[in-house]
Amino acid sequence: MTAAAGAPAPVDNPGGVPLLRAHDIHAYYGHIHALQGITLDVFPGEIVTLLGANGAGKTTTLRTISGLMHPRTGTITFDGTDITHVPAHRLVTRGVGHAPEGRRIFGRMTVLENLQMGAYTRHNKAELEMDFDRVFALFPRLRERSSQAGGTLSGGEQQMLAIGRALMTRPKLLLLDEPSMGLSPILVEQIFDVIRDIHAQGTTVLVVEQNALMALGVAHRGYILQTGRIVLGDTAANLRQNPEVQKAYLGG
Amino acid sequence: MSAAATPVARRRPRVGRLNNLLVIVLVLIAAYVIIAIPSGDQAQQQFVNAVTIGAIYALIALGYTMVYGIIELINFAHGEIFMCGSFVSWWLLTTLGFSGAISDPILLIGVLILAFAVSMVVMGIVGVVIERLAYRRLRNAPRLAPLITAIGVSFILQNIVFVVVSNSIVTTPQIIPNTQLALGPISINLINLFVIVLAVGLMVALQLFIGRTRLGRAMRSTAIDRDAAQLMGVDINTTIALTFFIGSALAGAAGVVQGLYFGITVFNIGFQAGLKAFTAAVLGGIGNTTGAALGGFVIGFLEVISSVWGQGRWSEAVVFGMLVLVLVFRPTGILGQQLADRA
Repeated sequence: MTAAAGAPAPVDNPGGVPLLRAHDIHAYYGHIHALQGITLDVFPGEIVTLLGANGAGKTTTLRTISGLMHPRTGTITFDGTDITHVPAHRLVTRGVGHAPEGRRIFGRMTVLENLQMGAYTRHNKAELEMDFDRVFALFPRLRERSSQAGGTLSGGEQQMLAIGRALMTRPKLLLLDEPSMGLSPILVEQIFDVIRDIHAQGTTVLVVEQNALMALGVAHRGYILQTGRIVLGDTAANLRQNPEVQKAYLGG
Repeated sequence: MSAAATPVARRRPRVGRLNNLLVIVLVLIAAYVIIAIPSGDQAQQQFVNAVTIGAIYALIALGYTMVYGIIELINFAHGEIFMCGSFVSWWLLTTLGFSGAISDPILLIGVLILAFAVSMVVMGIVGVVIERLAYRRLRNAPRLAPLITAIGVSFILQNIVFVVVSNSIVTTPQIIPNTQLALGPISINLINLFVIVLAVGLMVALQLFIGRTRLGRAMRSTAIDRDAAQLMGVDINTTIALTFFIGSALAGAAGVVQGLYFGITVFNIGFQAGLKAFTAAVLGGIGNTTGAALGGFVIGFLEVISSVWGQGRWSEAVVFGMLVLVLVFRPTGILGQQLADRA
């Protein structure tokens, strides 16, 4: 697989004001010190990936950004404002969309209802119409299955629904947590193609992945997490060349 | 992508609507026959009585099932909400100076609307306040903690009414005149017709609200996955409060019906009624609103059947025996856990 094929041109020196800035965040699960000083930036128009082994803190980082958890210390700024302690449901309206780990679709609700949930905070009918069309254009499969219960979809379709649902919040920043998890290689390719499309349509993306090869293929920059710390942050191209990264994450 | 969409979970094949209707009709005929054998010409009246009592249980059961569906708490204080509702309506009607049937239809309708509106709103607010003060802090505590708290809240409400209002049985004004109506071949008392129409109306309204509206979707999504609902912008505190409001308002309505239909209430009436309504919710499949309504009617029939067979003393044993049987053979209840089901 040629990981770089079709990848957006890497931004070597992303400039300007970051859309998202996490500064030295520490988060805990009870007494477990899960995030031990995470600092990362995501600039407008970027795809950034967060790589690391199981338990490194990738999911916790995303949950802290989207407000499902709050850091004990450190600050998170989004779009120029401090969001460190803003609860998740308020961040949605500010432009943070999160497709969580394990998809977490509403299994007993129909595909259409799941997408309507994504549009929960929005009221502009014309915009909503556009976004439903956009999601159905990205995932024609969801239109076919729109009246079916979400729980009866296949794994790949559920992932599409989870991403589509997050897109219905019309995010400025889309957080994707392991979109490739449990999917066949063909489906993984498709999902990453869609991530490229979503980015091309103007959404900034922060994607957590185990599949480092695919993630570094689409991302401009990446961070490597180990036991709650960022040990490396660089352009995707440099990370692909890095012997340690190759050894640990790219099976080289 | 591959054409084969493998369902994640195997689900029971969905029985057609027509089949469901057929089953319901057959069960009703069977129930009628069972009631008719010992009661003879009283059969019709007893049948109507069963539906009426069932409707009351169903209204209470909905609150149990909704709260369980959304926060997995058996709200043992819910029976007391029903009891308090009956006292609110008693207080209102006696304060307004009513003691018996109101013959002027317009006045009657006005007073009924007032009684239901006041009792439902007051009990709805009480439910929200209880959730806010007693349960919210325990939302992430081990399950036993809120359960015991709920039992405590139940005692508190009982004792407040016991001390402040009355420690014995209170007679409530039965403002609906005792009139027998003929609906085609069926002869039905006005009060029964009123209770059945009201209860069914409230249940249909609830189903439409949960199934078709934005807030209903918020409630269902919160019940399925709280984190995911938050990520959609749902304020789960508000949504849970709304659930308590609706469930408690329905119990408040059942409380008004209790007073109108039976003409009495007492501070500890919520215990038995709550326990049976809870049984109804479990019978139907806890977390499932349709199931709760169904379970309520099943219990209404079981009670009336045991009493017409001269075994009124056994009605509790029959009801809870049925609960045991259903749980042994179908642990998720008759209709299964719809709201509480996880994807």
